[in-house]
Amino acid sequence: MDVLRISATRLFYAIILLLAVLVLNFSLMHMAPGDVADTIAQSMGGADAEILERIREDYGLNEPFIVQLGTYLGKVLRFDLGHSFYYNQPVTTLILQRLPATLLLVFTAQFFALIIGVILGVISARRPNGMLSHFVTFLALFGYAAPVFWTGILLLIAFSLKIQWFPVAGMRDVTLQGGTIERILDVARHLVLPAVTLGSIFLALYSRLSRATMMETLGSDYVRTAKAKGLSEREVVYKHALKNAISPVITLAGLQFSAVISGAVLVETVFAWPGLGTLAFQSILARDTPTILGILFFSALIVIVGNLLTDFILRLVDPRLKARS
Amino acid sequence: MTIGIKHFLAAVAVSALTAGAAGAQETPTRGGQLVVALTNTPRVLNPAVQSGIVTGLVGAQLFAAPLRYDEDWTPQPYLAKSWEVSEDGLKVTLFLQEEATFHDGTPITSEDVAFSVDIIKEYHPFKSMFAPVTSVDTPDAHTAVINLSKPHPALMLAMSGQLMSIIPKHIYGDGQDPKNHPRNNEDVVGSGPFKLVEFKPGEHVIMERYEGYWEKDLPYLDRIVARIITDSSARAIALENGEMHMSNFEGEPVLINRLSKVDGLTVTKEGYGGIGPIDWLAMNTTKGPLQDVKVRQAIAYAVDKEFILKALLRGTAAEARTGIHPDSPLYYDGVPAYELDLDKANALLDEAGFPMEGDKRFDITMELVPFPGYKAQAEYIKQALSKVGIMVELKAHPDFPSWAQTMGTMNFDMSLDSVYNWGDPVIGVNRTYMSDNIAKGVWSNTQGYSNPRVDELLEAAATENDTDKRKALYKEFQEIVAEEVPIYFLNAVPMHTIYSDRVGNPPKGIWASSAPMDRMYLKP
Repeated sequence: MDVLRISATRLFYAIILLLAVLVLNFSLMHMAPGDVADTIAQSMGGADAEILERIREDYGLNEPFIVQLGTYLGKVLRFDLGHSFYYNQPVTTLILQRLPATLLLVFTAQFFALIIGVILGVISARRPNGMLSHFVTFLALFGYAAPVFWTGILLLIAFSLKIQWFPVAGMRDVTLQGGTIERILDVARHLVLPAVTLGSIFLALYSRLSRATMMETLGSDYVRTAKAKGLSEREVVYKHALKNAISPVITLAGLQFSAVISGAVLVETVFAWPGLGTLAFQSILARDTPTILGILFFSALIVIVGNLLTDFILRLVDPRLKARS
Repeated sequence: MTIGIKHFLAAVAVSALTAGAAGAQETPTRGGQLVVALTNTPRVLNPAVQSGIVTGLVGAQLFAAPLRYDEDWTPQPYLAKSWEVSEDGLKVTLFLQEEATFHDGTPITSEDVAFSVDIIKEYHPFKSMFAPVTSVDTPDAHTAVINLSKPHPALMLAMSGQLMSIIPKHIYGDGQDPKNHPRNNEDVVGSGPFKLVEFKPGEHVIMERYEGYWEKDLPYLDRIVARIITDSSARAIALENGEMHMSNFEGEPVLINRLSKVDGLTVTKEGYGGIGPIDWLAMNTTKGPLQDVKVRQAIAYAVDKEFILKALLRGTAAEARTGIHPDSPLYYDGVPAYELDLDKANALLDEAGFPMEGDKRFDITMELVPFPGYKAQAEYIKQALSKVGIMVELKAHPDFPSWAQTMGTMNFDMSLDSVYNWGDPVIGVNRTYMSDNIAKGVWSNTQGYSNPRVDELLEAAATENDTDKRKALYKEFQEIVAEEVPIYFLNAVPMHTIYSDRVGNPPKGIWASSAPMDRMYLKP
């Protein structure tokens, strides 16, 4: 009963938040000087006043602000995200075409960052002053401090140009003739560099946090008890301590979901990954309001789903939470 | 011009077959898949209703124009195997290839030409291309007569490249809005050497040889894959490791210089005269100190163009002294070059009544168009002008619409920008200087520049069919504008084509990649 009530409240707040996001961004976009007619004119190499006027007329940009906002919200409430001005397609179609690529990238990057980050964190927590620990700290800080597009280009130069292991750009090789397995492998090959690049920022966060929590846990009473019981070091660390140490890391990973999505914008641009990020980037520059709002809408959904997943995983991992429910 | 065409008619049949092979020493190989870069996703693949360079690359493969141009600005037959201009210049007759068919097998007829002209006239952004066209007669299936209200020499260039794509009447004449027609991006039925296989926005456009193309044995290539990669570093690496064969419109000096040293790649700035992009410093002649021509000249003297060309653009760009692209046969470089002269600049400013007080004469703003590659120039110009007491406040715009609004409403002092010629001056040059085009949206006469003699010259040149007389008119026009400096011209935008040594017959005409690639081939 309690769970139901909490869920309902959460859902209610989520909807309010979503609407607020849409209204606020719609207003912000409207307040900025110029509109999509200018970008369309630019993509055409210039246009006279008559053509600009016709574009504005076609897209209802001459209507008063409140009418435009009302029309838009009315559509959204009927689950219609409208029509992209710039791409001349329904926004939902545009987004659904690109959503799978972004989901694949974002989840792979998160997964990679979490696994590697925790492993590195634990290793360095066990010997906080060892060489390895210092190396991990250096690597983590480097990954965190380096701009993600720079890391991307660096990896491209190393692994696509100098050692030609991975392709430069895109998500698949259009010339590839082959069955499903070949195609999956092809996408995987294309995925490695963008996922590592995007993961590198979060790898730093996760490894630092898991190092800290692990060190704290290793100093706690129950670990000492476990050791006193005569359990092996390995068993103590991975079976007992890790379960407790990892909860904050997973919570952080959940909170970072929105950051991963915004990081994807840059990474997708560098690697020409055909996801929402490139679409977002181009629509913002083009002032294509319906598309931008549509992307925000979907990003919010991804973040909500990501957070729910985090809750779920936490319950699986953390014995205390399991006991409570 | 008339003489040139008559002379040309004699050689028409031969030139069609030899033009492509003439430059190449080896016999082209048939087959293969060319991978090229697109710097952005095209909005629409149908160039009849959309301009721009990404639409151009794809559009010029899918759709044929009546003419094509070689590198020395001579028209060549394409969909029109020959043409005639009447003595009075009021009729242009096109004789179409009889074998030509659309990609669904339907013959391309004069009806389609008439239809295409109608659509372009109504929906294409460049109104001046076909403004004097009153009607198109179709005496038979393969003859189209374009009737003009006045002689219109710009029509020749307007019938080439991506500017006059022949589109099928039986597809686009169904009453739907041609701008948003569903067949603009899907199931495209074109008239060009390649047909559309797949268009995935944000990913790629795939095209393959149209087997029914009227020139037998052409195109050489089996397929063209245009990959959409917006990041220039990623494009460069894809060229270097051989994943991609060609990229066009590359304009970053550092990248150009780096790639020109890479084995197996050729870097050239040939082929951009038609599109004709020029970087310039625009000045609002309607307000503040810039109303005074002496102030504008002083600014020109205070900016060291050599520094911009050598240090900032690293030798990748040609100097521009007028609003006509340096590659154009109409370009005249005998105008004042405004070489760096701070004494002269100071003297002019004193004369204009802006004395130096302390180390400052007056404040002024400079808008910065949000395209990559202008920041360094803007910072330099700010420094350079401060030496003569002009204090520049830089205004960076976050995106294009915000800049465009400032310009379109003439609410600016100076702005750094690039503007394209698009072939004939009537199409892309006049718009900046004609006094009846003041402040009407972006890339019009936002400088508020008005000189009756300039109006007269441009109007006369627009209807002058005699090449030499026309050249003389544009010469005087360029002299006046250089003297009055509504715009201080900096350089041709350093656009480059970068291609692998495997590419045979790379695009060398005046339209760069916005021209048919039917004669391109890949060496094994």
